[in-house]
Amino acid sequence: MHSALLAIDLFLVIEKLVLIVGIVSISLVIAMYETYAERKVAAFIQDRRGPNRAGPFGILQPLADGLKLFMKEEIIPNTSNRFLFILGPCLAMLAAMMTSAVIPWGGTLNVFGREVNLQIADINIGILYVFGVVSMGVYGIMIGGWASNNKFSLMAALRGASQVISYELPMGLSLIALLMLTGSLKMSEIVGQQIDSWYNVLYQPLGFFIFLVCAFAECNRTPFDLPEAENELNFGYHQEYSSMKLGFYLFAEYINMFISSVVMATLFWGGYDIPFVNDASLTGMGNWLVLLQGLSLFIKVAIFIFVFMWVRWTIPRFRYDQLMNLGWKALIPLSLVNMIVTAAIVLLKTNGWKF
Amino acid sequence: MDISQVLFYALSAMALGSAIMVVISRNPVHSVLWLIITFFAISGHYILMNAQFLGIVNLIVYAGAIMVLFLFVIMLMNLNAETEPQKNKWLKLAGVVAGGCLLLVLVAALKQAEVKGKVAMLETGDIGLIRNLGKALFTDFVVPFEISSILFLSAMVGAVVIGKK
Repeated sequence: MHSALLAIDLFLVIEKLVLIVGIVSISLVIAMYETYAERKVAAFIQDRRGPNRAGPFGILQPLADGLKLFMKEEIIPNTSNRFLFILGPCLAMLAAMMTSAVIPWGGTLNVFGREVNLQIADINIGILYVFGVVSMGVYGIMIGGWASNNKFSLMAALRGASQVISYELPMGLSLIALLMLTGSLKMSEIVGQQIDSWYNVLYQPLGFFIFLVCAFAECNRTPFDLPEAENELNFGYHQEYSSMKLGFYLFAEYINMFISSVVMATLFWGGYDIPFVNDASLTGMGNWLVLLQGLSLFIKVAIFIFVFMWVRWTIPRFRYDQLMNLGWKALIPLSLVNMIVTAAIVLLKTNGWKF
Repeated sequence: MDISQVLFYALSAMALGSAIMVVISRNPVHSVLWLIITFFAISGHYILMNAQFLGIVNLIVYAGAIMVLFLFVIMLMNLNAETEPQKNKWLKLAGVVAGGCLLLVLVAALKQAEVKGKVAMLETGDIGLIRNLGKALFTDFVVPFEISSILFLSAMVGAVVIGKK
């Protein structure tokens, strides 16, 4: 028995462990500085200066915020369900972090003669895995809102759940159109096809637009931040939360934003491909090329995160019925049309353009 | 006992234990949460049998959508342990007798079936992979597949009609 258990490749385990720790810490640091960037972008749009006291240009502000959240008194309401109350923010955080496992962050590094693939798990259902984890994310909101034993929290949690479920449908339909073109659910293969030819956004501009709108809704970002609409629901589903448990909810939102930017960049904008450069001609650079490709992915992601913030500080919040009408009566028919047109063109193309 | 067997027993224990907790929890919200854990364990079994597509679809459809709606309804109904009506003891007795009869039938049926000597195939077979499954569904089983899609469509139309009332 023991020999079989120990037969696992020890180096593989270490390699994956290092990769997981690295990616988790990168996402946490990026989420931290997203809070800073959000305030700076808001300040820029509103013609203010933004945080500028902690450190040069205020770059220590996220640390100060984190310290403040940790030092606050932790309050658990008497009438709440204690276990579920604590489970809520943990689930939100867990679901936010788990998606990064199937993203290809770069090519293959060569470390001490060992090929290290910069992707934790290259499974053949990559996109569906992302979808599954995203659909788990709603439990963090629902459990937290219910366990608070507060009517406003419960209403906000229900809003959040129905919003996420409604916008998952057009998101999935727009993905189906994309998958008809790629013919594979593997994230690494989708990126590989885009490196060899054009980016998917050129074939699927409408699909990308629908995906972007749905990503805003799935992350509960303005203009779709109805679950935390403070003018109607006091503070939303995390009203009873304090200290770092509140911090977890807010943090999970920023991680979700980062991950959905990565997914959009990977599916539609070529992933780690360096734009306007033929990557295949640069293979002589070895590890440096892999790092450059990773950098190009992160630049694309940074642009998407900026778009998220730009929209938040430009467009006001929707009303709830408008949100539902947009999801069910505009986005779903639009993505269905997109899917059918794509299917017809793919069918014609495989038949050699004969009717 | 190799690692897949260890995983198999762990997942089975998890599935059975959380399924029992679904039944005996007093709080309906806890029951739903245990049921979600049961679905996770079953998805784990699918993945052990190399049927990754089925595993992840089970999670997306059941744990990710249907259970959310269950939770939705139960949370709005505000079913607490205090407000739950106590059933009378004859009803409880009838429930025990009916459940016992079902158990008897199941045990008798499984005793006859030829499943004792069979072992689930672990890590072998590739029919569960998405490419092979899709090919099988759209060539060999296309008629049943289309019929079930019509069933879903009629259920959807029915839901819309009820929702309009």
